[in-house]
Amino acid sequence: MRKVTVFPKSNAAKKEKITGLLLGASVIVLFLVGWELLFQFKLVNPIFISAPSRVVLALITIIEDGSLFQNLTISAKEFAFGYGAAILVGFPIGIMLGWFKLIRAAFGPFIAAMQATPRIALMPLFIIWFGLGITSKIVIVLLSAIFPLIVNLQVAMTTIDNDLIHVARAYGATRWQVFRSIALPTSLPFLITGLRLAAGRGLLGVIVAEVFGGAAGIGYMIQYAGSTFQTDKVFAGVLVVAVTGITLDFTLDRLGRHFDRWRGEAVAH
Amino acid sequence: MKNGIAVANPESNTLHGVVPSTVASQAIGELESVANVHKDAPQPVQFLDNRPVKLSVKNLVVGYLDKQSGHTMVAVDKVTLDIREGEFVTIVGLSGCGKSTFLNAIAGLVKHQHGEIKVNGRIVTGPGMDRAVVFQKASLLPWRKVGRNITYGLELSGMKQADAREKASYYVNLIRLNGFEDHYPHQLSGGMQQRVNLARALACDPEVLLLDEPFAALDAITRELMQNELLELCEKVGKTVLMVTHQIDEAVLLSDRVIIFSSRPAYVLADIRIPIRRPRKSLIKDSEEFRGLMNEIWRVIEGNANIGGGI
Repeated sequence: MRKVTVFPKSNAAKKEKITGLLLGASVIVLFLVGWELLFQFKLVNPIFISAPSRVVLALITIIEDGSLFQNLTISAKEFAFGYGAAILVGFPIGIMLGWFKLIRAAFGPFIAAMQATPRIALMPLFIIWFGLGITSKIVIVLLSAIFPLIVNLQVAMTTIDNDLIHVARAYGATRWQVFRSIALPTSLPFLITGLRLAAGRGLLGVIVAEVFGGAAGIGYMIQYAGSTFQTDKVFAGVLVVAVTGITLDFTLDRLGRHFDRWRGEAVAH
Repeated sequence: MKNGIAVANPESNTLHGVVPSTVASQAIGELESVANVHKDAPQPVQFLDNRPVKLSVKNLVVGYLDKQSGHTMVAVDKVTLDIREGEFVTIVGLSGCGKSTFLNAIAGLVKHQHGEIKVNGRIVTGPGMDRAVVFQKASLLPWRKVGRNITYGLELSGMKQADAREKASYYVNLIRLNGFEDHYPHQLSGGMQQRVNLARALACDPEVLLLDEPFAALDAITRELMQNELLELCEKVGKTVLMVTHQIDEAVLLSDRVIIFSSRPAYVLADIRIPIRRPRKSLIKDSEEFRGLMNEIWRVIEGNANIGGGI
């Protein structure tokens, strides 16, 4: 093939990107410094507001005494089981709702009603049914995470390109082959979006469930610290949750880009 | 060059008017040596009348349900048509006349109400590997690289990927797609995508290749280039082809026979032979005979449109 000269990305674009990053970072730094100064000059009540330095100290404390790791393990377990179950159950349900009209007609309204119900309001029931232990939290995570998955996969099935189905049929594809070669690849980006939304909801579910009626876990740690006026520890807990959420979302986004290479918008590597 | 003859002396290699059957039958003896025809002096036109029938359509009636009125409308009305092995037959007609419906019925994608479709003597009841369709839209699977798009039809038939690639490689070379196997469809131009579409159909090695306005979505220049390429390709591989198009010049350039469909419901208005010798070059479009054939076809279509008010 003929060689083609590729013009390098202009420096202006690079500069703009760096300026943007610097601006974003400086706002965060400014906020933290301002907060710290308010605390240092005793302009705020330390019991209510704490300070970045105190939060860091609290974080070091809970890492050293092992309580962070202990609680994090429990929360992670609750999340992993609930999230995993949501994928295992939600994926086939979403696909079937989108793929079979009759199933959609039968179960669509029921699922819509379930989705509209705030799951956390059922927490007292789950505590009665499953106790204060890990099971009631897993159920909450499952119910929080499953609906974004169901909805996204159902939508995926209805956005399948009819021309592609036409082609597959013209080449004699069976219904199963149409499903495998066209419906499943179409659903992949929707699955990733569903997974991202589900991760956010699931994480929220874990924390709220633990705050609500827990005996262990990050949410419980935050709740306990709050009720005993350890504001710095509350912030430390929130920080841990936030970082976890961001990491999870970033990872799934990366995964999505990996499977989305054929779209060719951004060549991410 | 082989083609030099056709260009330099268009008169001598074409026949005017109806071809006497004796000429046609004489020509059949020489069919086997089509490739060598141009070694010597200009030869008479060759028809394929003695070849076995590949696609046979008898009294085909295709209806569809008109959703507005709730009535069943007839789109194709008792069409009878035989296409012989290696023949390139094109159907032309006004848009919406039912020619695409006809093609879809042959592909097995649309049920027919009456009549019979046979490929190699076997009755067609649905889609099958003995036919492959090239639609107007390339409709490549966007998440598959070119190579795996070309082998898609073969994979559906249960062939292993490696074997499918092996089998498709002949057409990949022929359509000059080698080097593009690792590209995604979105990286290709419209013309290239349509070539992949064509390669995907040919890779299945169908008995009959069905082309549904294959170049209609391309720009005028690409369309001309693709016509030439298809012409060259078909003369090389000798496939049996049924094409549907709006372009009369495209039909005359590529075909052995042009079938004119009436406005809806479609029946066969005329079956016109194109007695231009192969191999052809697009330059024949300038010849008097070519224009004569185009006019002949156009007059039939025009006459029908005036009577039927089909526009």
